[in-house]
Amino acid sequence: MEFKDNLEGKYREALSSFLKDQTEQALYQGQKISRKTMENRVSPEEIISMHKSILMEVCPGDPQKILDSFDFLMEVMMGYGIAYREHQSLRHQQQELKSEIELAANVQHTLLETKIPDVKVMDIGAISVPARQMSGDYYHFVQDENQNIGVAIADVIGKGIPAALCMSMIKYAMDSLPENRHAPSSVLESLNRVVEQNVDPSMFITMFYGLYNPDSHVFSYAAAGHEPGFYYEASTDTMSDLDAKGLLLGVEKKTRYRQYEKQVEPGDMIILLSDGVTECRTSEGFIERETLMQFIRNNLHLGAQEIVNNIFKQLEKMQHFELRDDFTLIILKRDV
Amino acid sequence: MNITIDVKDINSTVEVQVKGEIDAYTAPKLRESLFPLSEQANVSMVVDLTEVSYMDSTGLGVFVGLFKSVRAHNGEFKLIGLSERLRRLFDITGLADIIDIKSHAEGGLE
Repeated sequence: MEFKDNLEGKYREALSSFLKDQTEQALYQGQKISRKTMENRVSPEEIISMHKSILMEVCPGDPQKILDSFDFLMEVMMGYGIAYREHQSLRHQQQELKSEIELAANVQHTLLETKIPDVKVMDIGAISVPARQMSGDYYHFVQDENQNIGVAIADVIGKGIPAALCMSMIKYAMDSLPENRHAPSSVLESLNRVVEQNVDPSMFITMFYGLYNPDSHVFSYAAAGHEPGFYYEASTDTMSDLDAKGLLLGVEKKTRYRQYEKQVEPGDMIILLSDGVTECRTSEGFIERETLMQFIRNNLHLGAQEIVNNIFKQLEKMQHFELRDDFTLIILKRDV
Repeated sequence: MNITIDVKDINSTVEVQVKGEIDAYTAPKLRESLFPLSEQANVSMVVDLTEVSYMDSTGLGVFVGLFKSVRAHNGEFKLIGLSERLRRLFDITGLADIIDIKSHAEGGLE
């Protein structure tokens, strides 16, 4: 209540001063009061009521009709007061939701965390940036007992929280695959069954799964509707699409996936991406795969992690620092 | 961020013309207007995408959902008027092998 008494004093002062000589100074006082009243949640109709009683005090001779008109104005302002209080409470709820989503994003981050394996034969770099708070992209590295390196990259069709939840399920399905079933085609076939049975029928997942054998340097891989990656061949200094065909996960229960193999030579590079990379839109249109290839080419001399970081920075700049889709890029480079 | 959806539904033959962009913001609208129609028995649904300027993977999700729903009701589902970019999206995802699609050059609705 102390605030309200104080407010009345200030209001009386400012109003009397304004009625006396209409100075800018008095109007400015009015603005200050307006801010204070909002901070202290004084409703518009309360302000009018205060205005009326102060006006009666400072100009006792005023015509009754003007004073009566304030009663009318008060009624009119009541609706605004209600709207204002609703707004306040919504804002509060919104803040609560926001911090809950932040928490969820942290949980997701922890759940999906993966470590880039530290291996002698390969230089590996990876970057994944969500467009919103929670990502529908996912990448994961595993190393089995024979030191084979498994790499998965996946993108849930759909964005935001539902996509993120779905991704966590995939991660657990992958973790529970038997140790000896890491052949790319059978990984995809198992996951396809999981997704088909457990996910909303309009939600699908694209995925690429590869397995690198560090002894034979054979990279075997399979894909389920995933944006093709690139392959850089050092001996000929050429880049080509890492083509692999296969249906999205979760569409048909009995889908079989074809497995491909590639002999990786020293200096060769495997580049994997999510469609956020090629679906990037700039003011001039889409980023073509050729442009992306050129970006990679310009950075060939760098380490794998530096390459992916640089490319992300370049693409982000082209889109004026606004991501429309989650973005993931992985590079595996066989050491020379 | 705009989309217009024109639907002609005559005796379970549904002809749809979509114009504009299909992305995370417009996809729910597309889903809501077409899903109920896909649930008619023996429905024949043709969606013309000639005037779709952009579609991301969310749009793809809508069409796969529609395709499955139509199939579950013993119907036929067809997409026509796909631009080269859209065609590529269906090729990559392997959907071109299971959904009946026709590109620009192969003609659209009359």
